[in-house]
Amino acid sequence: MSDAYGPLPRKEDARFIRGQGTFVDDIALPGMLYGAILRSPLAHARIVSVDASAASAHPAVVAAFTGADLAERGMAWMPTLFGDVQSVLATDKVRFQGQEVAFVVATDRYSARDALELVVVDYEPLAPLVDAGTALEPGAPVVRDELPGGNHIFDWAAGDKAATDAAFAAADVVASCDMTYPRSHPAPLETCGAIADYDPVSGKLTVWSTSQAPHAHRMLYAALTGLAEHKIRIVSPDLGGGFGAKVPVYPGYVCAIAASLATGRPVKWVEDRSENLMSTAFARDYHMHGEIAATADGQILALRARVLADHGAFNAVAQPSKFPAGFFHIFTGSYQAQAAYCEVTGVFTNKAPGGVAYSCSFRITEAVYLVERLTDLLARRLGMDPAELRMRNLLRPEQFPYTGPTGWQYDSGDYPRALRLALDMAGYEELRREQAERRARGEYMGIGLSFFTEGVGAGPRGHMDIMGLGMADGADLRVHPTGKVVLAISVQTQGQGHETTFAQLVAHELGLIPDDVEVVHGDTDRTPFGLGTYGSRSTPVSGAAAVVAARRVRERARLVAAAMLEVDADDLEWQEGMWRVKGDPEMALGIVEIARAAHSALELPDGIEGHLDASAVYNPPNLTFPFGAYICVTDVDPGTGEVKVRRFIAVDDCGVRINPMIVEGQVHRGLADGIGIALMQAIAFDEIGNCLSGSFMDYLLPTSLECPSPELGATVTPSPHHPVGAKGIGESATVGSPPAVVNSVVDALAPFGVLHADMPLTPATVWLAIQEAAQACGSGPSTGRPAPD
Amino acid sequence: MKITVTVNAVDYARVVEPRLLLIHFLRDELGLTGSHWGCDTSNCGACVVWLDETPVKSCTVLAVMADGRRVTTVEGLASGTRLDPVQEAFAACHGLQCGFCTPGMMMTARWLLDNNPDPTEADVREAISGQVCRCTGYENIVRSVLRAAAGDGGGPA
Repeated sequence: MSDAYGPLPRKEDARFIRGQGTFVDDIALPGMLYGAILRSPLAHARIVSVDASAASAHPAVVAAFTGADLAERGMAWMPTLFGDVQSVLATDKVRFQGQEVAFVVATDRYSARDALELVVVDYEPLAPLVDAGTALEPGAPVVRDELPGGNHIFDWAAGDKAATDAAFAAADVVASCDMTYPRSHPAPLETCGAIADYDPVSGKLTVWSTSQAPHAHRMLYAALTGLAEHKIRIVSPDLGGGFGAKVPVYPGYVCAIAASLATGRPVKWVEDRSENLMSTAFARDYHMHGEIAATADGQILALRARVLADHGAFNAVAQPSKFPAGFFHIFTGSYQAQAAYCEVTGVFTNKAPGGVAYSCSFRITEAVYLVERLTDLLARRLGMDPAELRMRNLLRPEQFPYTGPTGWQYDSGDYPRALRLALDMAGYEELRREQAERRARGEYMGIGLSFFTEGVGAGPRGHMDIMGLGMADGADLRVHPTGKVVLAISVQTQGQGHETTFAQLVAHELGLIPDDVEVVHGDTDRTPFGLGTYGSRSTPVSGAAAVVAARRVRERARLVAAAMLEVDADDLEWQEGMWRVKGDPEMALGIVEIARAAHSALELPDGIEGHLDASAVYNPPNLTFPFGAYICVTDVDPGTGEVKVRRFIAVDDCGVRINPMIVEGQVHRGLADGIGIALMQAIAFDEIGNCLSGSFMDYLLPTSLECPSPELGATVTPSPHHPVGAKGIGESATVGSPPAVVNSVVDALAPFGVLHADMPLTPATVWLAIQEAAQACGSGPSTGRPAPD
Repeated sequence: MKITVTVNAVDYARVVEPRLLLIHFLRDELGLTGSHWGCDTSNCGACVVWLDETPVKSCTVLAVMADGRRVTTVEGLASGTRLDPVQEAFAACHGLQCGFCTPGMMMTARWLLDNNPDPTEADVREAISGQVCRCTGYENIVRSVLRAAAGDGGGPA
């Protein structure tokens, strides 16, 4: 490994610590207007009329748009990334509370908000569909009455049903559970926004926006506006977090574009926090029934799952797979199972659209939660220790590459080593002893495990595309005459530190230092085509493209070096960052000297071009499969239901670590996500579809007081198909940590007979779970509080 | 209303609407975009600046309330050409990822260290508990503040 890899402080920090980052809302253009969106107060209503004339008459208002106005431009509806359409401004009905109804553009942001009050909308309320469980019942309110299927989106299944049923029939033990992975929201600290600037003279539209996928957004805008792609430039400047929330195109972006096209002036739209939580990418909302079958001695035989997926009002899941439930069918997790079968039904409801976001690896989050809860339930049924049960069933290193019962081929892994390391770090035996002692004293301490396998780096063309385009990523490398390098990539950082990691990747290949490599990203005019950063795909796909391009530069440099040294190119070998003459390693040239010569008047042999620039397109042959073992220790107060996370041990294997400091930072974040998702975060609705989680006063996020200092460990099992053996890490901890927290809380409550409780495990939820279990058992340890009436 | 505010040691006189929030005054009127807006409800703290010597959430302070007072933002954290040790420590300890919460976190950290030069980890966690970071899980922010307290860091701006 070269010196270029390692825990290098980040290049991007210099601007951020000085307050000199450039986020979308930091940008002000001459003559810029400010847009604001009028949103529906109702979850389901027919629009009788929208009158924006009074708003248009406001002295600061420049233009106002209704659905009818956009319909004239063919922009009232837009395609989603998953084959559906979504309303930009409502024309017929509103289908969720917070849906976009009108767009007002004014000379300042306060006046735009004022003028929204002047838009008059006449709604005819309709019965709302809130409970996904009733969506397919006869007589249910129909969310999408313009579609032939009504509320039904899809039925989809994977695996071998007959083999799975046979395995269940032959099993000694079956454990099952109904569990909901609640609707959540990634809530990046920066909300979504855009500035659209159409220049009628050049015919060029520039859009600065909070986009994790600038090239994908350009495609969609081209389809929507009729402008050619080369007349659209998407700039994604610094992003204040994304976590999947900034993959989709949102109506606000399109409104800003429509307004700029109409006015010929730059138009900024930035949503507020309530708009963010109520209308943009929610995550999860999976209602699952899972079953696990095993032998009496704890050999897992098969898994079965039936899922109802609440997609909200439009099918706008931001996931590129050809499977309507994403990668959910990876749900056998890290264990050997002979057979598995899952069925997923997707439905519309009167809620905001989305479903795939929040570092979920396209539904692997839900799959891991299912299998890890079931494994713990099985352990309870068998009276086995959950660590022992997992160790007994983990895939063995010699089984890789491993093809699971639903067809996924895991690339590499040493699972028992990771679990052993986590157990050692935790002092697992000692923790169990402590737990027993505390229980004897009436104290409730939980130890929760999870072992996860992820599939990241979308993705192979056979299974994945966005709007029909395959998921290859480009990389362009320019080598200046002085040997300084500029790398242009298609992916877009939201805090992951691409400017540093990608510089390290290239520097490592070329024998340079990372400071010699400048990374350009987030601008479709300056970067090669590629589909963006999500699903932990930057290092697996774009990182691979950068490495391949760098290796091409190296090969070009070899020919130039051979001419310079007057030797045959075959007599050179790349050693310690230089081309060296075999057998005479002191005869050596580095990229800096070679680059100068490649640009010089040096006579090059026939057929060898000057310069060293190279580009590459990387078409991933498979996903990469990072994995990890997590242990969460909690203390639960049965009197109040309060859960405290005492320790979080996380062993991650993401293959070769290019910058371990950045990798650990990603894990820190995901562990905090696990605490938030498992204990406090949920987007909730009342019975008529009012969103109850429209601010940070209601949608609780973990703070420094809820997150303990994590204890991290690492194993390194390189990916055999990635050029440097790396795997993605961006979502591992968000995927792996929630089941560890829930398993820990349920473990703490085992003396009460609690077998399961749905997230978020708020104090009220935990307290009720204790009461209900106690009533079901007819007894149980005292909680110190009377049961509710 | 006409107000006079001293921001990062520079006096500004402006006529503002009484309802203008301090965060919008700083960002839109003065072009000091280092402080960020994140939630409107005083929960996230991306907008933390100092009003005189006290950190405030500038999304819930009116610009007129700053009349005649001093405001310090992240742009005023370095002294001249020298970075504050807190800034150095955040970079050294990977105390930031997307950078959106960072200015507010650093302003609170500086206030803490001015008032408690030798904080415990619990003191640091308490001090930043009114602010949200979605990237770091707080671990490296805590390490950054403790490193700044230990006197490591400080360097050219």
